[in-house]
Amino acid sequence: MMLALLVAVPLVFGLAGWALSRRSTDWSRWLTLAANAVNLVIVAVLWAGAEGAFTMGTQPPSSPWLAQVRWPWIPGLGISFSLGLDGLSLALLALTAFLGIASVLASWKSIKEKAGFFHFNLALVLAGVNGVFLATDLFLFAFFWELMLIPMYFLIDLWGHENRHRAAVKFFLFTQVGGLLMLVSIIGLAVVHSMASGSLTFEYNELIGTAMSPVVGMMLMLGFFVAFAVKLPAFPLHTWLPDAHTEAPTAGSVILAGLLLKTGGYGLIRFALPLFPAASHSIAPVAIAMAVAGIIYGGLMAFSQSDMKRLVAYSSVSHLGFVLLGIYVFTSQALSGAVLQMVSHGISTGALFILVGALQDRIHTRDMNRMGGLWKQVPRMGAAGLVLAMALVGLPGLVNFVAEFLVLVGTWKVSMAATVLAGVGLVIATVYALRMIQMAFHGGPREKWDIPDLSVMETCVLFVMIGLLVGLGLFPQPLLQIVDKVVAGVLAVIPSGGGA
Amino acid sequence: MSATDLLGLFPLIILAGASILVLMAAAFIRRLVVSFVVTLVGLVAALAFVGIAWHHLPLKVGALLSFDGFVLFGFVLILAATVFVAISSWAYLRGRDDEGGDYYFLLILSSLGACILAASAAFASFFLGLELLSVSLYALIGWRRERAAGTEAAIKYLILAGATSAFVLFGMALIYEATGSMDLFRLARISSADGLIAPVGLAMILVGIGFKLAVVPFHLWTPDVYDGAPAPVTAYIATVSKGAMVVVLARALGPAFVGNGGVSHVSTAAPPLVAAGFPWVFALIAGLSMFAGNLLALREKNVKRILAYSSIAHLGYILVAFLAGGPQALRAIAFYLVAYFTMTLGAFAVISALSSPEKDADDLEDYTGLAGRSPWTAAMLTTMLLSLAGLPLTAGFVGKFLILSAGAGAELWTLAVIIAINGTISIFYYLKIVSVMFRGAEAAHAGSTGHPLPAEPAPAGVPMSGAVGAPLLAAIAIAVLALAVVALGVYPAPFLSIIGSFTAAGG
Repeated sequence: MMLALLVAVPLVFGLAGWALSRRSTDWSRWLTLAANAVNLVIVAVLWAGAEGAFTMGTQPPSSPWLAQVRWPWIPGLGISFSLGLDGLSLALLALTAFLGIASVLASWKSIKEKAGFFHFNLALVLAGVNGVFLATDLFLFAFFWELMLIPMYFLIDLWGHENRHRAAVKFFLFTQVGGLLMLVSIIGLAVVHSMASGSLTFEYNELIGTAMSPVVGMMLMLGFFVAFAVKLPAFPLHTWLPDAHTEAPTAGSVILAGLLLKTGGYGLIRFALPLFPAASHSIAPVAIAMAVAGIIYGGLMAFSQSDMKRLVAYSSVSHLGFVLLGIYVFTSQALSGAVLQMVSHGISTGALFILVGALQDRIHTRDMNRMGGLWKQVPRMGAAGLVLAMALVGLPGLVNFVAEFLVLVGTWKVSMAATVLAGVGLVIATVYALRMIQMAFHGGPREKWDIPDLSVMETCVLFVMIGLLVGLGLFPQPLLQIVDKVVAGVLAVIPSGGGA
Repeated sequence: MSATDLLGLFPLIILAGASILVLMAAAFIRRLVVSFVVTLVGLVAALAFVGIAWHHLPLKVGALLSFDGFVLFGFVLILAATVFVAISSWAYLRGRDDEGGDYYFLLILSSLGACILAASAAFASFFLGLELLSVSLYALIGWRRERAAGTEAAIKYLILAGATSAFVLFGMALIYEATGSMDLFRLARISSADGLIAPVGLAMILVGIGFKLAVVPFHLWTPDVYDGAPAPVTAYIATVSKGAMVVVLARALGPAFVGNGGVSHVSTAAPPLVAAGFPWVFALIAGLSMFAGNLLALREKNVKRILAYSSIAHLGYILVAFLAGGPQALRAIAFYLVAYFTMTLGAFAVISALSSPEKDADDLEDYTGLAGRSPWTAAMLTTMLLSLAGLPLTAGFVGKFLILSAGAGAELWTLAVIIAINGTISIFYYLKIVSVMFRGAEAAHAGSTGHPLPAEPAPAGVPMSGAVGAPLLAAIAIAVLALAVVALGVYPAPFLSIIGSFTAAGG
């Protein structure tokens, strides 16, 4: 029941906010904020229960799920409304609620046009993302997967920057091709399963362990892999990301980078690996190569940008390469690191987009060549930027360091070459992150700007986000503990897993 | 033939009677309301008799007509769609000071033709239904005589439909010569044992079917006719005329694919030609229709033409389910037909409502900022377009899912992937319309005057006369269709079981 609420609350509050926005647009803001706050409370309650289960050992060892919901939906087709919560979903749901609040607050002042519709779309994306993180019926998963796209398209197309129409269409086409191929794969998987067992079902728990020939397994797995790799995004499929991130409004960028990209990593861990262990194992070398290429390519591209938002976008390509790498080396350290990286990247990049958005609202440009010497003008912004740049670099003390370190440690046992090359990516990160700070905040002013520093609200949002980065960086154990069981479960089904 | 068998005929008799009644009424009282009400009453009465016939399936009227659950499903679809077309025509004609007696006469007559077509069991009734439908449509397409494009579309349709009718007739003659049978269901059993002439005849009949379905390569008339015809008539061509033909196709040729799965036939007799020799033809037609429809729609800037091309692609999707064969496929076809009818009627109802007496609202620019001017209308059209694009929460998503399932069940993987690719291409142009509607909203809000379209298709926006019934009813119809699209998309389970009982009964 609680799980269904996580999807229903943003939906209902978003609709109500839109309806009431005719009276005052503040309604939509407050209600979207409230929806996320309610979700945060629900997640906290679930988390407390999960902690209890871990420490007391009351979680039934047979079931991987902490909580489940299953209602009949289209029984004739073996489709049910079934949601399941485990440690991985819990961590990402917490991230969703948190970034949801951050994105509403970050766009509190900057969205004036059609604010009601804006917040409705925002709430709808969040409902879709929550659904994706919870669905254990594959039809339902595809349903939520598509549901995320339309409102995101509107967010970019209607409230974005100069080239928003093109970026929105590009975003939509890329993710939609992946999504529909995944739908074909899902149906194919269900058909293969029904041929073997005689009953048509889309339930994840029953489809797991479906026996199939290597060729069929590979074809079906590729459908999933393409969808998730586009969303992640993995190296050759990433080209939609810089445009979409750059053109989206601040809240859109935060949600895109913080949450939508995570659905790709989540899908790989939740579906691609457990459903097709053999095929995943054989595609691993390719995935690792894509990951390493993405890490280096993203870093180099980030270095060559003068548009600040584009720089952050390319840094995402680089950092999500670590997620892909961590998933496909099949060691428990690396996989834990990949999950941690998803969370840390969500927070740090979300914060960076809020900062860049705040800067753009003030000086109406993202061109770093026109900035410079801003530290004197806006010291709070500069300080926040410096800390977040350190997060890009992966400085010890921040959770990004823990995540990337774990991935590298886990990779070392599998492929030394990949480890070294990914390590080079970290060096490149240092270069582009410092260049960004240097060009924007240090040196002499290139143009005369007279702008206010971060408002109290913006300062609070960024302070909390940075606080989380530091807090999790010093004490990552609660997060690692909660995903531990999921990691072990996934690796258990990979052939010769755990150090292959 | 017993007395109960006549029950199947009652819907047809009522339609025929209603058409004459409309004409008679128009002779004495030349008022649009009267024609409209008589039409509506006739359609509803026919629907009621479908309900009665439902309890006495299967029915057979001579060798000409036979009724099973799927036929009655087709009747309901045709009649309900005609009701919606009649409603949006009312508002549309009223804006043009047209008393509409003959218009409604032709509308009922073409529905009669569509019903006969759907129920046909022999070549004679098949041809009768086909011609009744086509001939009524010639006049309806060219209804706006003042527009050259309308006349052009009517003549184009007339020539092409006439030519394909000749093909169909010749094909029938050839099959009769080869097999000695005028039975429509014999088509599915034509095999290599029937000689060389039979397949030629079959191919010629398929030309006629393909023309009505507007699938590649028989699609060339579609954009011009959609564009030239009045918006409600376009809706009618897109739905009823194609739907009736899909019912015939599934009934007459569908059995050839049962248990086929597109792979091989394990049967002692010579395999039916349609399934053993022709599946690649259907597969090719389906694939080409999807690609051609969606790719050609990308370049269009005229909303009616975009929908014309998109309908070509949608029929391609349906053909994939048809190829799959079996009860699952029949369910997929039935559901997709309902979804396609609902969203297409909805989209065209909005276009009709937005059209001014001078000009149909078909330019993409007409829709700029619609969301700002009349948010509800824009929301309705958005719902329809997102459903046509097959996005979740709408009927289109479930329909596409069912078709993919049917295709996957028959291992038509290539076609399934083609559907996936085409689903993506199609989203591009549907979203183009949607984003245009929302895009200019700021400008419209800022106080730009002289909108190309009336602000709302609501009572206040129509200055023509005092009565508010027509636009209000049209608005209600649009809302009902939008609700249906969402309901089918969110909770299709009850509806699927209804369809299941239709496709199972008396089959």
